[in-house]
Formats: sequence, structure tokens, C-alpha cells
Amino acid sequence: MGVTQEAAPPKTTVRARKSFGEQMHSFPWWAVIMVVGLVAALIGMLGNQYYRDAFNFIISPPTSTEIAFGIQITNGLRMTLFTTIVAYLVALIFGLILGIMRVSKNPILFHASTLYVELMRGVPMLVLIIWIGFVVVPAWRQVGEGTSWLAPIARRTAITGVQGAILGLGFGYAAYLAEVYRAGIESIHRGQMEAARSLGMSYAQAMRYVILPQAIRRVVPPLANDLVALLKDSALVSVVAVPEILQMARLFVSRTFRAFEGYNTAAFLYLVLTLLFIIIVRMIERRWHASV
Amino acid sequence: MSEPIIKIVDLHKHYGHVKALRGVNLEIQKGQVVVIIGPSGSGKSTLLRCINHLEKPTSGHVYIHGVDLESKRTNINQMRAEIGMVFQQFNLFPHLTVLENITLAQRVVRKRGKEERERIARELLARVGIPEKADAYPGQLSGGQQQRVAIARALAMNPQIMLFDEPTSALDPEMIKEVLDVMLDLARTGMTMVCVTHEMGFAKAAANRIIFMDEGQIVEDTTPYDLYNNPKSERTKLFLSKILH
Repeated sequence: MGVTQEAAPPKTTVRARKSFGEQMHSFPWWAVIMVVGLVAALIGMLGNQYYRDAFNFIISPPTSTEIAFGIQITNGLRMTLFTTIVAYLVALIFGLILGIMRVSKNPILFHASTLYVELMRGVPMLVLIIWIGFVVVPAWRQVGEGTSWLAPIARRTAITGVQGAILGLGFGYAAYLAEVYRAGIESIHRGQMEAARSLGMSYAQAMRYVILPQAIRRVVPPLANDLVALLKDSALVSVVAVPEILQMARLFVSRTFRAFEGYNTAAFLYLVLTLLFIIIVRMIERRWHASV
Repeated sequence: MSEPIIKIVDLHKHYGHVKALRGVNLEIQKGQVVVIIGPSGSGKSTLLRCINHLEKPTSGHVYIHGVDLESKRTNINQMRAEIGMVFQQFNLFPHLTVLENITLAQRVVRKRGKEERERIARELLARVGIPEKADAYPGQLSGGQQQRVAIARALAMNPQIMLFDEPTSALDPEMIKEVLDVMLDLARTGMTMVCVTHEMGFAKAAANRIIFMDEGQIVEDTTPYDLYNNPKSERTKLFLSKILH
């Protein structure tokens, strides 16, 4: 063959130096500023009685106690985490089912899932949560109180507004995650499906053992991103009085008329949580990249 | 002659306006090694993919052991397990090790136990010459090694027919031989093989029959010797003059 071996460039012992400007650009100044700002804010807040009251009220409120899915939660911070995790699990599982339906050749599965996804994406999350909390949950309860054949089922599956809001958040996010899964499945080369089928595997077996393991690995970063987005959107469930951070802040403000301290505290807590989640997500992503 | 293992009757395949196959009739006996050649777009890959129903024909029939693949009562998964296929792009499962690639279908399709399927996998890896790569991932192998794993993966199902779809076209020149050697070896064991390839050396050494396709039809169906020495049609001559530079 006529390939000429080109001489390799001489190895330099001097490492290529980044310019001062490049160094300034790559150093995470934004993170330093944010951490310093947050720490300063925390110190300042803890020195102030009203802020301490706001923190106390949100983290260990005097009265409000909520039982969500059998778990008693008296802490706004914990309620936010609980809401986020439960809704995310619902979205992960239901979204996967929807995503598989979205790539199905079966017209019923495909159109049913597409209808669901487009409906959910066509309604603002806030409206969806209000609708579930103030329309679906009361209506279902009324069915349970009636005498129709559905009544026994409705009585057994009656949920509270809080539970409805959390599930609503999960089912809404399932539509977004379904599209993430779908994109992941479609990104797998069709030769993979063909190879699996050519070995005699059924469509379901090929999905289960060949396509999904690869697709899910590929969508871990976007899925993790949606976890952070969901954490922030969990504030939406405050409209149906789920006692999470924002709702507790609102209660605090309505009692003390200290809007400044109450909402600053809520914003501070969300920011800290979000940052923590982002760090965790980055770590998961890095692990993932290393192992794939 | 006994009943052919593959029988193709008046097969047509259209993609919209493009007619990839236009009435193909073909019978292949057990143990035959058939090489299909032809210019790109002549329908040879489509024909191969119809034999294990990866492509659904527009009309016509494919019979394997007399079983019609088009029939609604045919269990296509069961049929495919008997027909191994090797692809141009290898299509190994990148998230599984070499051993797992070869044992997956044995487990979920053939329902073989762990010991049996791993023993078979290791035997096959030895046969294709890379027993030491059992625990490697496909991404760590060269193209030639990957293709040999793909052949082992197909053989692990104990197929009665092996289909090869341009198995060496994606390989660097120095790796083509190692894959062809495995195929030659397989041909000697009496495996029924249908190969789409332009490797004339392989055709001469192993093929009983060589089929020249053009524009979705079989133009010539003869022996390698006759194809070279007295090709019947002008199209065949023209094609041969182009590939035998």
C-alpha cells in the first residue's frame, strides 16, 4: 500500500502553557463567587432574629404536619425533597413505559402515548397541578361518596390533594422524560435491533437486552438534568398547599408580614439544594462517562 | 435433488418507486456455498435480508425447509434462530463483553444453561482464533476480530444456514484474510452459506455457485469457473472487467 509514514512531531518536554486570559476563563470563578456569596448570606442571616425565625418556621414548623403516602413530614425542606424524589421516580418509570410506547409499531400504543405526551406538554405544569389538586382529586372523592359501580374503587384509591399534586408533577414530567427515552432509543443504530432479531430474539427481548441498556446509558445525563429541573418545579405544588419550602415561606410571611426575610430564606434554600443536586448529577455523569 | 433448504419464488421488493427486487427465483440446496455479486443497488443485500425476513417482500415467497416465511402462522423468531446472519458493520452489542455477546441469544432464545452456553461460546471463540478475547468489549477489538466474534455469535445458535452481507467491506485490507479464513473453514464443514461479497478469491476457493445480480434480477447463476471463463451476458462481462482490475 502507498501509505507513507509521516514523521511524528518531536515530543516537547515543555507543556503548552495556557495564556493568562485562558486561565482566567477556565477557572470556575462563578462557583467561587456563588459559594462565597452563599456562605456570607448564611452568616448574615443567622445573625438576624427574623431570618432565624424564617429558617425555623420552614424547617421545623410549629403546626403544619402532612402525611404523604403514609409518611409524616413536618419539615418544609424534607417535603421538597420528598416531593422531588417521589415525582421523579414516578416520572422515571412511567416515562420509560411511555417512551417505549412512542417507538412502538403498534398504532394503539403509539397514538395513546403520543396523545398523552402532547396533552401533558400542552398544559403548563402549574395548571396541571392546580387541575389535579382542585378538580381531579375532589371529583374522584365525590365518586367515592356516590353509589355508582366505581364508588368502591374510588374509595379505595382516594388520595389527598397533596398526594395528587405530587403524582401530578410526576405524571407531567413523565411526558418530558418519555421524549428523552424515545430520543435515546432512536439514537441506537438500527443494526443493533437487526442483529438481535436475526439471532431469533423477539422484539421485546431485543428491546430488553440490547436496545434499552444502551439507550438508557446514553440518556443518563439528560435524565439527571431533568431531576434538577424537577427539584425547582417542585415549588409549584405549593399552590395546593403542599407544605414544602415555598409554601412554608408563604405561611411565615402571612403570619409575620416579613416578606423580605421569608422569601429570601426560601430562595436561599432552593439555591443550596439545586447546587447540591447539580454537584451530585455531575458526579453521576462523570462516573457514567468513565464506565461507558 | 432433494427439497431445497432455501426456495425463493417470484420475489419482489419495492421501496416506494424503487424496485430493489424484480422477480427473483432461486433454489439453494443444503450444504451449498453461494456467492452473490453485482453492482451496488442491484438488490443483492435486499435479497439476503429477505431470506431471514429482515426485509418484508412486497410480493413473492421465501421458503426455508418448505416453511413459508410470509405465512402468518410461521413463528419468525423460531425461523431466524436457524438462520445466522453476519453484517457488514458487525453489529456487535457494545454494552456486552464478547462472551456475553455470544451467550445472550443462547440464553434468551435457546434457553441454554450457563455452563453449556459458555462452553459453546468459548469453543467458538477458539474456532475463530480469539479465545483470549472472551472478556473484552467489542470496542477494544479490531474490525477483523469483531467480525469473527459476530460469526461466532451467529454460529452459537447452531444455525442451518449462514448469511453473510458484505462481511469484509468495512474492514481494513490486512484484516480481510482473517475473516475469510474463518468463512472458508466454515464452508469446509458443509454449512449452507449465502454470501454477498466481492471477494473473488473466496468465491473461487469456496463457492459451488456464483450468482450475478443486476437491477433486481438474477442475470447469471453458474459456477465461479464458468463465470470467469465464459460469462453469458454483456452485463456480467462489463461488471467483471470492473472488479477484476
